[in-house]
Amino acid sequence: MTVPATTHRGPQSRILRWIDYRLPVVSFLEHELTGYPTPKNLSYWWNFGSLAGIILVIMIVSGIVLAMHYTPNADLAFDSVERIMRDVNYGWLIRYIHMNGASMFFLIVYIHLFRGLYYGSYKYPRELLWMLGVVILILMIATAFMGYVLPWGQMSYWAATVITNLFSAVPVVGQKIVSLLWGGFTVGNPTLNRFFSLHYLLPFIIVAVVGLHLIALHQHGSNNPLGIDHRGPQDTIPFHPYYTIKDLFGLSVFLLLFAFFVFYDPNAFVSADNYIPANPMVTPNHIVPEWYLLPYYAILRSITFDFLGIPSKLLGVIMSLGSLVLLFFVPWLDTSRVRSARFRPIYRLISWLLPLDVIALGYVGSQPPAGFVVTLGQIATFYYYFHFLVLMPLVGKLERPRPLPISIGEAVLGTGTAAERT
Amino acid sequence: MADLAQSHVSSGPGGEAHGETRRDFLVLTAAAVGAVGAAVTIWPFIDSLNPAKDTLALSTTEVDLSPVQVGQRLTVAWRGKPIFIDHRTPQEIKAAQEVDVSSLRDPQPDSARVKKTDWLVIVGVCTHLGCIPLGNKDGDPRGPYGGWFCPCHGSIYDTSGRIRQGPAPLNLVVPPYDFTSATAIKIG
Amino acid sequence: MLKPFLAASALTAALALAVPALAQEEAPSPPHQAWSFEGIFGTYDLAAAQRGFQIYKEVCSNCHAVKHLYYRDTEDLGYTEDQIKAFAAQFKVTDGPNDEGQMFERPARPSDRFVAPFPNDQAARVANNGALPPDLSLIVKAREGGPDYVYGILTGFVNPPAGVKVPDGMYYNEYFPGHFIKMPPPLSDGQVTYTDGTKATVPQMAHDVVTFLSWAAEPNLDQRHQMGLKVFLFLIVAAGLFYAAKRKIWARVH
Repeated sequence: MTVPATTHRGPQSRILRWIDYRLPVVSFLEHELTGYPTPKNLSYWWNFGSLAGIILVIMIVSGIVLAMHYTPNADLAFDSVERIMRDVNYGWLIRYIHMNGASMFFLIVYIHLFRGLYYGSYKYPRELLWMLGVVILILMIATAFMGYVLPWGQMSYWAATVITNLFSAVPVVGQKIVSLLWGGFTVGNPTLNRFFSLHYLLPFIIVAVVGLHLIALHQHGSNNPLGIDHRGPQDTIPFHPYYTIKDLFGLSVFLLLFAFFVFYDPNAFVSADNYIPANPMVTPNHIVPEWYLLPYYAILRSITFDFLGIPSKLLGVIMSLGSLVLLFFVPWLDTSRVRSARFRPIYRLISWLLPLDVIALGYVGSQPPAGFVVTLGQIATFYYYFHFLVLMPLVGKLERPRPLPISIGEAVLGTGTAAERT
Repeated sequence: MADLAQSHVSSGPGGEAHGETRRDFLVLTAAAVGAVGAAVTIWPFIDSLNPAKDTLALSTTEVDLSPVQVGQRLTVAWRGKPIFIDHRTPQEIKAAQEVDVSSLRDPQPDSARVKKTDWLVIVGVCTHLGCIPLGNKDGDPRGPYGGWFCPCHGSIYDTSGRIRQGPAPLNLVVPPYDFTSATAIKIG
Repeated sequence: MLKPFLAASALTAALALAVPALAQEEAPSPPHQAWSFEGIFGTYDLAAAQRGFQIYKEVCSNCHAVKHLYYRDTEDLGYTEDQIKAFAAQFKVTDGPNDEGQMFERPARPSDRFVAPFPNDQAARVANNGALPPDLSLIVKAREGGPDYVYGILTGFVNPPAGVKVPDGMYYNEYFPGHFIKMPPPLSDGQVTYTDGTKATVPQMAHDVVTFLSWAAEPNLDQRHQMGLKVFLFLIVAAGLFYAAKRKIWARVH
C-alpha cells in the first residue's frame, strides 16, 4: 500500500490561479511544503528544525512589540523594562515570553545540532546545509549577547564589559577595537544604543540565513535515522499532512515546556543580579553569562597559561571562538562512510560524551574559577577539542560499521536487513 | 485542510469512508483548537499597544481658574491635547446665547455647552482635520464671531466654540469636566 | 518516541537548577519559609500584604524608596480610590516649572510614584553613615533566595559568635554575605500596631513585609498563575488532539 509521494494538482480556485500565474506562491508552497517528499521514517528528533523556525518567529514578534515600549538609553532602559512589566497591558507576558524564548531557542538549536552530529546530517551532500546552520548559531549567540545587555541591569552591564574587553586580547589593535565597539572609554550609553540597533537587525539576517538553510535542505531533502538516501516514492511521504501534523503535535508539547517557564518559573534562567540597575562602580561577586553561553565562557577561562608565546588571555579567546569555528569543519573531520550513528557502534557511544562534556563545561562556567572547577574545565576543554580533532577522524577510519539496510521503505516494513529502533 | 481529505479519498480503495470521516472530524477539531489557540495568543500582543496603565492614570488635569480675568483666555494640556478655557465677557455670553440654534451646522444651544455661563471649556482641536485654531493668545485673529479661527482651512467658530463657517463639520468638543470649587475645575 | 522531549526537559531542568546555584560561601542559605504565593497555585495573601505595607510605611520608608511603585498600584492590595488619594496626599512632590518658571511643591496624587525618603543617593548616604539603603521595589527578585533571603535578613540579627569582632557602625547578621550589615535591626516585637489586630512579633512582621515586597517586585503573579493554568489545560487538550490526529493520519504509513 503506497502513498503517492507528491500530489501536484495546482491551485484550485480562479483567484489563486490568477495570482499563481503572476507570482507562483501557491505552486511554490505546494512543491516545497504540501507535496515535498520526505523520508517516511523520521523520528521525533526531526521535529527540532521546525520548532527552531517557530521560536524564531515568536522571538521576532515579541521583540518587535517590546521595542515599542523599550527606551535604549542608559538612564531610562532599566525603568522602561519595569514599565513594560508593570504598566503595559500584558507587558509582563511579552517580556517573559521573549526572555524565556531565548533560552528555549538555544535549547532547541543545541538538540537540533546534536541530532545532526549523531545521524551524520552534515555529510555529503549536506555540508553547506550544516555550515549555514553553524552560521545561524553564531548569529544567535551575537544576538542573544546584545539582547541581554539591553535591560541594563548589573549583569547586563558587566557581561558587556567582560566580553567586549576580550577584544583587547587582539595584538596591536586590540584596545582600539574595544573603544570602537564601546563608542567611549567604557561600556555606556553609546554601546547600549548600538547594541539595540544591532539586536533589532541581526534576527532578520538570521531569517535570511534560515532561508538559505532551507533552500540547501530542499536540494537533497532531509536525512533520516538510517542515514541512507531515499530511492524513490516508496521511501518517502509528502510533508503535508504527515509531518505538518507531527510538527504541530511536537509544537504543542514544546509549548507546554515553554509555558511552564513563562507562567510558573519565569526567572529560572536569570541571574538575580540583573534586577539591580547597572552600577559602573560596583562589580557583582560572580559575573555569570546566560546558561547557553556558559560552555564557551568555561573554555575561555580554562586557558590559564601562556603557550608558544601567545598570552593566555588571547589563547582563551581563540580556543573559545575556536570551539564554534571547529563546527564548520565537522563534515571533513568525520571520516566515516556511514552517516547514521545507529550503524556505527563505537561512534554511537562516543557521541554521547560530547553533550556530557558540554554540560560539564556549562557547570564549570557557572562556578567561580577556583579549585577543582578549574581542572575540570581544562579537562573538559581538552576533551572537546580531542573529540572533534582526534576521535572523529580516527573512529571513522578504524571502526567497522554495521551493515546498512537496503532501503528506507523496506527497513520501515521490517523486510530489509533488521534495523533496530534507535 | 479540505484537500487533505480529497487526496486520500482518491488513492485509497473503497471501504475507507468510515475511517476517513473519523479522521476528518479529528483533524478538523484539532485545526479548530489550533486556530482558537493562535487567536487567543495574538490578543495580548495587540492589547499591549493600547494605552498603558501609567498613561491612563494621567487622564485627568486640574486647573486653577483664579488667575484668569474676565475676557482672558487660557490654554492647558489634557491627555496631550490643548484645552481652551475662556473667561467670557457679558457681550460674548450674550452673543453666544442669542444665536438661532436651528441655523447652525451642528445645532447646540450655548446652555448645553457650559456649566457656568462665564466659563467656556473646549478642546482646542479643529473638528475638520485636527489643527489648533487661533484665538486663545493675545493678538490672535478670532474671526468674525469673536471666537476662534482655524488657519489651516478657514473654519470659523463663535464664542461658544460652535462651527459657523468653513469646512469643519462639528462644534469644538466639550471635554468632560467638573467644578471642584468656584475657581477650579478638573478635566477628565 | 517522546524521548527527545523528555531529554529536552531533563536537560533544561538540569541547567536551570545548575545555573543559579552559585555557592553562597560567604554566608549560609536562609531556611525556606512557607509563602502563600509559591507553587503553581500560589497567590498573594492580601491581608498579609496590607500588613506588610503598613510596616513599609511606618518603618522601612524612612530609609528605603520603592520608586517603581505608584500610589495607584496599591489598589491591587484592596485599597479604595479614596483611601489611596488620602494616603498619597500626605506626601509632597516637586512639580513645575510653573508659568513663573519656578518649581513648586504639591501633594502627591495616585498617579505619582511613591515619594522617596531622600532626593538622591548622595543624600541617602549622608543620612545613613555612608551606606546606601537599596530601593526595595525589586529587592525580592534581586537577591538569590528571594523572599527567603529577605526574611532571613530581617530575622537574622543575632549576637556574633564568640571571638568575632563586629566593626563600628555595623551589625552582625546570620544570612548577610560576610555577616556584617550596615542596616540596624529594623524590626522589634510590638513595634507596630497592626490595624487588623494581628500580634506584631518580629517573625510576623518580617513575613508580612516580605509578602508586601514580593508583591511590589512581581505585582502580576496572580494573573500570571491564573493565565498559566488556562494555557496549560488548553495545551494539554491541544496536544492530545494533535496526537490523536497524527496517529490517524499516519495509520496509512504504519
